[in-house]
Amino acid sequence: MDIFLQQLINGLVLGSIYALVALGYTMVYGILELINFAHGEVTMIGAMVGLTVIGLIMGLAPDLPGILVVLGGVLVAIPACMLLAYSIEKVAYRPLRKAPRLAPLITAIGVSIVLQNVAMLVWGRQYISFPRILPEGQYELLGAHISYLQIFIVVLSLSVMASLWFLVQRTRLGRAMRATAQSKEVAALMGVDVDRVISATFLIGAAIAAVAGVMVSAYYGLAHYYMGFMLGLKAFSAAVLGGIGNIAGAMLGGMLLGIIEALGAGYIGDITGGFLGSHYQDVFAFFVLILVLVLRPSGLLGERVASRA
Amino acid sequence: MPVTRRTLIVSSLLAAGLLVGCGKKTETDSDTLVVKIGSVAPLTGPQAHIGKDNENGARMAVDEINAQGLELGGKKIQLMLIGEDDQADPKTATIVAQKLVDQGVQAVIGHLNSGTTIPASKYYHDAGIPQISPSATAIAYTAQGYKTAYRVMANDEQQGRVLGQYAVTGMGAKRIAVIDDRTAYGQGLADEFEKAAKAAGGEIVAREFTHDRATDFTAILTSIKGKNPDLLFFGGMDPQGGPMAQQMKRLGLSAGLLGGDGLQNVNFIKLAGTDAEGVTASSPGLPLEAMPGGPDFKAKFEAKYGVIQVYAPYAYDAVHVLVAAMKRAGSSDPAKVLAELPNTDHQGVTGQLKFDQKGDTQGGAVTLYRVKDGQWTVLETVQ
Repeated sequence: MDIFLQQLINGLVLGSIYALVALGYTMVYGILELINFAHGEVTMIGAMVGLTVIGLIMGLAPDLPGILVVLGGVLVAIPACMLLAYSIEKVAYRPLRKAPRLAPLITAIGVSIVLQNVAMLVWGRQYISFPRILPEGQYELLGAHISYLQIFIVVLSLSVMASLWFLVQRTRLGRAMRATAQSKEVAALMGVDVDRVISATFLIGAAIAAVAGVMVSAYYGLAHYYMGFMLGLKAFSAAVLGGIGNIAGAMLGGMLLGIIEALGAGYIGDITGGFLGSHYQDVFAFFVLILVLVLRPSGLLGERVASRA
Repeated sequence: MPVTRRTLIVSSLLAAGLLVGCGKKTETDSDTLVVKIGSVAPLTGPQAHIGKDNENGARMAVDEINAQGLELGGKKIQLMLIGEDDQADPKTATIVAQKLVDQGVQAVIGHLNSGTTIPASKYYHDAGIPQISPSATAIAYTAQGYKTAYRVMANDEQQGRVLGQYAVTGMGAKRIAVIDDRTAYGQGLADEFEKAAKAAGGEIVAREFTHDRATDFTAILTSIKGKNPDLLFFGGMDPQGGPMAQQMKRLGLSAGLLGGDGLQNVNFIKLAGTDAEGVTASSPGLPLEAMPGGPDFKAKFEAKYGVIQVYAPYAYDAVHVLVAAMKRAGSSDPAKVLAELPNTDHQGVTGQLKFDQKGDTQGGAVTLYRVKDGQWTVLETVQ
């Protein structure tokens, strides 16, 4: 029982990380119907910038408590990622807004490769370790362990999702976003500055990605120029699973995907008697993605949008 | 781009320059014969520092031999080392191998990784050129039946056997869990470990898998925890081993962690942080201080190239083994050298080097290390 509970916790934390990144995918898709494949790399840049700043702060003020140091890293990573995402949108996506659907998609993949290589040149190919400065305590629950950081990650992603939902449903900007999502042209006629709304969407997504990046590298204790690729793919699968374009869907999809992966990897060896092993962990995510695309293309919480996608 | 007269002139000048450059390289005095030896290792990428180390080791040997003067069959010989970069990538390795063959090298020292050494070995075999790897440990390398493939380091079979025995008899482990990263190296090592541990009386309670880009091991570690092992063996590299050590602690998995030479490096300690404490790992060969010519080699090498990373002494020995075979054959002709290589009995920096029929070193040593106070410290060397 404690093992099962531990696997659920593992999955929940992993899922929260996916969900944080998936929110960025889903917001951009909701408005532009563009799958922003560079989003995983924005997360990676967030982690790298955060780590660099954390290293600098630790060098300058070695006595500062760890939480403040990490907070400092996050606070620099957020504007860095926002600036990056703003430029990406302006340089790579805006000129193609009226182009066929495939063009910006391919540009997005291109941007993602460029970012990976730039990060490789700037930060090198080595794995960079995250200093152990966060409080490392943990609770024990019926034999299962859950650390402060894990609790923080789950709470963080839930609260980010809640505030996003509030933003979209209850604020002026949110109303403009929803209008733009329905029809850019009509929204523009109604006096909505579409370019600004789209930029704002990218900025918000990038800010969340920055936080997610620092959290991921704190959780696993390392960062690497390649880390955004798999993370981005998994988060994308999560967004599709939940219904891409839907904020609650991204959250649900992320959590579900995390739990499916953890339980799958944890039990497949025993269930199949060693025939299939835990190296199929990553297969689950993509298997689920295919299943959803075949059976319910709009995702768990998505609305049917037959004419789109 | 429009082809202007200027670009034409510039490019033809460039081409001429290249030709002249090539001509200079092959130009020789009539009484001195240039013998080309290839050296391949990753010179760019995450392992670049280790690759350059191999090349420097080989270069030091070549420079020394040239300075002493080498004569084969009455002809003065000038050795020329051609360093190539395989980027630790199997595809690039085969391209580089073909390039060296085309350039007419008489022998190759390399490559560094098992994953690159194995595909490249076919090219050297087809061309009939001797290849001595200073550092590839995968069993498959010498198991292909190529009479051209040699190595001067203990292979994974020897390492896995030592690790398996040590786990049961040295560490007293009874219930052992095994994880590997599904690479040629990780899987091979884990398989050999499992065999040896079973033979020594240990029980394998779990066999789990990950891959060489993974960072999350909580699911497999939790599953392993449910089987109550007292030791966890990981066949893989430090970027996975580091986070794995951390996640073991976090999940309250109290089993010890044991690994091969993929973990036995400074980067592992950096990534695992305080959780590296007490981790045990092996590395083929003796620690440098304990090598017969170790301290001497260290002084010479560091005066010239700086700190030794890992395998430089092996690359150095590989060149000497090769030249010794050339001397016995009285020729640098690859076929004649290949006939002499099996008779190698060379007192090198790293130890006494002899080959078995497959091209593996006989009785290669394996040393066990443990992390103590954030440093790898020598536990014991098994011959």
